[in-house]
Amino acid sequence: MTEPDKKIMKDNTVILHTAALALLPLQLLFSVFLLLRGHDEPGGGFIAGLVGAGAVVLYLFAHGVDATRRIIRFDPRDLLGIGLLLGTVSAFPALLRGEPFLTAQWWIFDLAGTEIKLSTVLVFDIGVYFAVVGTILTVVVSLTEAEE
Amino acid sequence: MSTEVALPVFIPLLAGVLSLMLWRSRKWQRRLAILGTGLLLASTLWLLSSTLDQGFVVLQLGGWAAPFGITLVADLLSAVMAVITGLIGFAIALYSLGTIPDRHEKFGYYPLMHLLLAGVAGSFLTGDIFNLFVWFEVMLLASFALLTLGGERAQMEGAIKYVTLNLFSSALFLSAIGLTYGLTGTLNMADLAYKLSQVEHTGMVNVVALMFMISFGIKAAAFPLFFWLPASYHTPQVAVSALFAGLLTKVGVYALYRLFTLVFVGDTGYTHTILLWSAALTMLTGVLGAAAQFEFRRILSFHIVSQIGYIMLGLALYTPLALLGGIFYLVHNIIAKTNLFLISGLTYRLLGSYDLKKLGGVYRERPGIAILFLVSALGLAGIPPLSGFFAKFLVIKAAVEVEAWVAVVVALSVSFMTLYSMIKIWAQVFWKPVPEDVDATRLRSKERDPGMVWLLTPIIGLAALVVLFGVWAEPLYQVSSDAAAQLLNPAGYIEAVLGVTP
Repeated sequence: MTEPDKKIMKDNTVILHTAALALLPLQLLFSVFLLLRGHDEPGGGFIAGLVGAGAVVLYLFAHGVDATRRIIRFDPRDLLGIGLLLGTVSAFPALLRGEPFLTAQWWIFDLAGTEIKLSTVLVFDIGVYFAVVGTILTVVVSLTEAEE
Repeated sequence: MSTEVALPVFIPLLAGVLSLMLWRSRKWQRRLAILGTGLLLASTLWLLSSTLDQGFVVLQLGGWAAPFGITLVADLLSAVMAVITGLIGFAIALYSLGTIPDRHEKFGYYPLMHLLLAGVAGSFLTGDIFNLFVWFEVMLLASFALLTLGGERAQMEGAIKYVTLNLFSSALFLSAIGLTYGLTGTLNMADLAYKLSQVEHTGMVNVVALMFMISFGIKAAAFPLFFWLPASYHTPQVAVSALFAGLLTKVGVYALYRLFTLVFVGDTGYTHTILLWSAALTMLTGVLGAAAQFEFRRILSFHIVSQIGYIMLGLALYTPLALLGGIFYLVHNIIAKTNLFLISGLTYRLLGSYDLKKLGGVYRERPGIAILFLVSALGLAGIPPLSGFFAKFLVIKAAVEVEAWVAVVVALSVSFMTLYSMIKIWAQVFWKPVPEDVDATRLRSKERDPGMVWLLTPIIGLAALVVLFGVWAEPLYQVSSDAAAQLLNPAGYIEAVLGVTP
């Protein structure tokens, strides 16, 4: 095997370079869409996290680890931690109302004619989202860095 | 509302998450290890006191009523096991501060430790059999990572056997759950107990029961599928070994106790006879395996297997006295066994080896440590007035009462063999002079080792409990007796969870 073939990232793939730039925001938007519709319709934190992580991983393949670390700013391990923390914390608000752990709490209000539904379930789902993104990015980033 | 039954699960989860978020600061991770496990111990004591008051503590998570939601439920057995989890977790956290190398701490030792404790506590407290599977997996995932942390060759070799057999067991467990659901349409254990008594195909029920038995038997390291345990437990850091030795196999035993007193009691002549033979052979093979070993932790690992046999014997005999003895044994064994592992780490720190041939002279230089070992070892072997004596006495007396003579003979002779193993360790590690080619400067050094206090505090504490449960056995005897009475009357459990009388 020749030397350049060992690397995941190749230096001169213009199409991938450009496509990754265009796809990243689209995929991230789509992942947020999946996350928010997940309560009543197909979607949810897990699948949305996979889509979101997919976006970043594509960018990583095209532009390399350093560029990716710059755009995500956080260390992936922190994302994982934040996600798990949100997930765990969402169990507790029910206690304030004297209900058992994990009982879903809803805040429904009207914002300029649109009904907004916020809930601890959503907090949990956002937690799952971050945990999935964090896990996948931790794995992919460490593997790529180990290879380089 | 019974928040206390959820806290032993949520506290370690939260502590694990927080120490994951603080991965940059080892100092805070270490503080959280003490704080998290300390709070865990406190919450389990709270749980035990309310269980003693009320008999059963039940919480329907998320407000979804049983049998549709997930129920957390503590009877006395669960509560006692939870307290032991908190106790061992706290002891191990203290010990870890003095022994875990920086590199392991950096790679997430503390978050994994908390996660493991959450898995163990969850398994003890859940009232739903699928949820039990999930907690098993939480616990196993954390244990896989802890076992291989450090990545040495021997660890990988042990981990392959450990992971393969445990995954097989999990697959079997899951299939059994699927079949059970097909048979009854419910996964809530209380509901299951009620519905299974009305299923007509008893043959099918026995098949499912055996699948559960094999699956939990593997996790408990019972005969014949125990060999993964001595192959892997001596390879990781000693704090990890001790944590595994104390808690992991006991979760398998607990699951056996739960299912074979609550759910699968329709054909005890069949299922519990198999348990009886398995228990006898487990005792025997474990102790014989230990006789051939000359490595401190391997000897102890084989003894875990043999002690599991005694605890299973209590379940297999299925009389009030036998269950009482089994529960008493469970508590005693977790404490004594964990302590022996901790002491093996102590002599390793002093002499740099686990090989009996390269150890020696500890009694001459550090008699205090030798006494601590002696207390735990004789406790394990069952010498009065230490805790093991009453544990063995109760189980064997129960076997005599139902005239299970083979079990009596095996249990008594295995006791002697256990004593032999402990004397072997005593003679080699503590009594004989330091071998000439061994560097004993650390052992002989009169300087104070500042890290030593983290090792000695939990060891002294656990040794004190071994003595306490021997000379003042009454409270533990009473609690075990009440727990056994609850196990023998499943209607109480079913009523507490479902809120109706079956």
